[in-house]
Amino acid sequence: MRLSFSEDDERFRREVADWLRANLCGEFEQIRFRGGPGDEHMFSGERKRWEQRMAEGGWTCIGWPREYGGRGASIEQQVIFHEEYARAGGPGRVGHIGEGLAGPTIIAFGTEEQKARLLPGIRNGTELWCQGYSEPGAGSDLANVKTRARLENGRWLLNGQKVWTSLAHESQWCFVIARTDPESVAHAGLGFFLVRMDQPGVTVRPIEQITGTSEFNEVFFDDAVCDAGDMLGKPGDGWKIGMALLGFERGVSTLGQQMLFQNELDEVIRIAQANGRGKDPVIRQRIADAWIGLRIMRYNAMRMLSGQQDGSLSREATAYKLYWAVWHRNLGKLAMDVLGPEAEVIAEAPYELTRLQSLFLFTRSDTIYGGTNQIQRNIIAERALGMPKEPRPARA
Amino acid sequence: MEFAFTEEQQMIRETAEQFLADHCDSAAVRRAMATEAGFEPELWHRIAGEMCWTAIHVPEAYGGLGLGYVEVVALMEQMGRRLLCAPYFSSICLGANALLLAAGEAQKERWLPAIADGSCRATLAWCDASGRWDATGVSATFVRDGEDYVLDGDYRYVVDGHTAGLLIVAARTPGSAGTAGIGLFALPADTAGVTRAWLPTMDQTRKLASLRLEQVRVPAAALLDAAATDAGAALANILALATVALAAEQAGGAQQILDIAVAYTRERQQFGRTIASFQAVKHKAADMMLKAEAARSAVYYAGCVATEALAGGVADAELAAAASLAKAYCSETYFFNAGTALQLHGGVGFTWEYDVHLYFKRARASESFLGDAAEHRERIAAGLGL
Repeated sequence: MRLSFSEDDERFRREVADWLRANLCGEFEQIRFRGGPGDEHMFSGERKRWEQRMAEGGWTCIGWPREYGGRGASIEQQVIFHEEYARAGGPGRVGHIGEGLAGPTIIAFGTEEQKARLLPGIRNGTELWCQGYSEPGAGSDLANVKTRARLENGRWLLNGQKVWTSLAHESQWCFVIARTDPESVAHAGLGFFLVRMDQPGVTVRPIEQITGTSEFNEVFFDDAVCDAGDMLGKPGDGWKIGMALLGFERGVSTLGQQMLFQNELDEVIRIAQANGRGKDPVIRQRIADAWIGLRIMRYNAMRMLSGQQDGSLSREATAYKLYWAVWHRNLGKLAMDVLGPEAEVIAEAPYELTRLQSLFLFTRSDTIYGGTNQIQRNIIAERALGMPKEPRPARA
Repeated sequence: MEFAFTEEQQMIRETAEQFLADHCDSAAVRRAMATEAGFEPELWHRIAGEMCWTAIHVPEAYGGLGLGYVEVVALMEQMGRRLLCAPYFSSICLGANALLLAAGEAQKERWLPAIADGSCRATLAWCDASGRWDATGVSATFVRDGEDYVLDGDYRYVVDGHTAGLLIVAARTPGSAGTAGIGLFALPADTAGVTRAWLPTMDQTRKLASLRLEQVRVPAAALLDAAATDAGAALANILALATVALAAEQAGGAQQILDIAVAYTRERQQFGRTIASFQAVKHKAADMMLKAEAARSAVYYAGCVATEALAGGVADAELAAAASLAKAYCSETYFFNAGTALQLHGGVGFTWEYDVHLYFKRARASESFLGDAAEHRERIAAGLGL
């Protein structure tokens, strides 16, 4: 157990920093520190171009194996990359769902043909992905998905509705959990489909959120077509693959998220220093608590990353989502309290919020999406602590 | 960067876990805590002689094993789990650390081998009854008198102060304030003019004492000479190292009381089900686990920083921040977990018979010792420029 980096790693750090300095400028200057949570709707054109610039420099998908276009970067190097990216003010990545979720899942479960066809678009920043899991009737009870897939003339036709799909309006692809066996219930009888978004059978409708903005969408499938070769695994594998993907969500990409958090906390501290609230003993306690919480989050992640790399969850990893979601939500409230009455004044009418106002409002979703705090606590108690499941009534 | 235990560290940890499970069960804790000394000499001999825990981070030149502070942290975590009643924290995490950071070569050669083999038990006395845990809490004084120093003053909350053989005491030059004018002295506990009294405490698993020094005359060689009479910074670092160790002990206790609570809820039946199957109970346990895991991350991080600090590779401010981070988080975590465990036990959690109260009381005592969470957060806020 040691904290210092090797000389090779420090060389790698300089390489990352040099590249970012030389490239995150000019037309990209305006997107520095932008596009994070609550700000994801901003500068989407510029951020797509930035994704491709990153790809040209070989800085997308660095943790992927070399044979799939990655760098095979070690955990240490990925940590360094995320640190430097955040330090330079790298914008929120539009390609993160492809790089962090779809890609690793395709690498783990896809055929060689699927890998060769689908991974380059992610790697090159030309094809963006979104996630089709939740439905109006399948939120916390995700296994209750009703979207159906039927095989007709050698291709799958999907019918149903997904919801809370971020980046759906920007994406070329969506990975969808749908029911292949109409008689099945719960975890059985599901398939994992890779669906092209640009087709008549797919309709995207933005959801206007409490921020007045629309990062999340509803996605409707009306006989949406999915070629037989675009199913991952076999009919019935959907739940297994879908859960493995969620394991990747708790992987190294969380480090990038933490660096965004650090930038947000730094901004709150600067404001507290400038407006005098940093002298208030209660505010001081809360800022220090936030600082401690974020540091610990980093070492939680390090311990998690030092464990399994196959998407399976170690004991400490089960608590990760609950930990960061609560921390981030509390930071949003702290930001408002540090601003005091000025927290009310928005950037511009009719309803353009400041960055910290967006943070405050948007972080209320952190404790809901990707498994609510209550579901997370069930997961921790049942999987990590071995406490028994609550008896459930038979499904109707 | 590597954030997992090495194989050797893992082995030390597992060996400690097994040893303590075998030799430090509830009955052993209850026997030791009922005595004034607070420990059983036989267990101490095994810890020092068989397990060599007292030698763990003492350099080989002074009869130690020369390992790092991560190993100390790993041991303290296990001791915390079992509420070990032994003068390990006082002798190693206060006494040995004081000598390592402030003593000169000859003093280290004189004292450290005996501490490392357990034949000498040391402790550190610095603060008075003011409840201030840093150098500002030092009110005892020293004056030079020919070839000697003369020490006067009172100390309170001295861990194992009534049983230690070697006292390391902080004192200040008359009229000095803050971190200025601090000297550290090593003196045998039976030095003339030293009065020691056991201070019976609510948490019986760690023993405290008060000391009175009246015209205590010690030779000049008793002054720890690496830090000499400007030992304010050294004292802060010694206390930071002790704080990291205490936080590790808290993290271990927080984990153990969680395990105890989960085991109980899985057995206890109400409404025809084990109460562990109720979400109201599970969610409490989940919150406890989240905190216990985060506490562990905090102390492993702090252990790494402390290892580097002992090797001279880390700025004082970084060690102080790491110690404060760990202590603030682990203090609240341990008390939260112990309090929640008591609640989850229901009525039996309120009894003397069940062990919950031992953890609950240790958690409370450890929370304030070396500074509570609020104090350490305040230190961090100051460090952030607020």
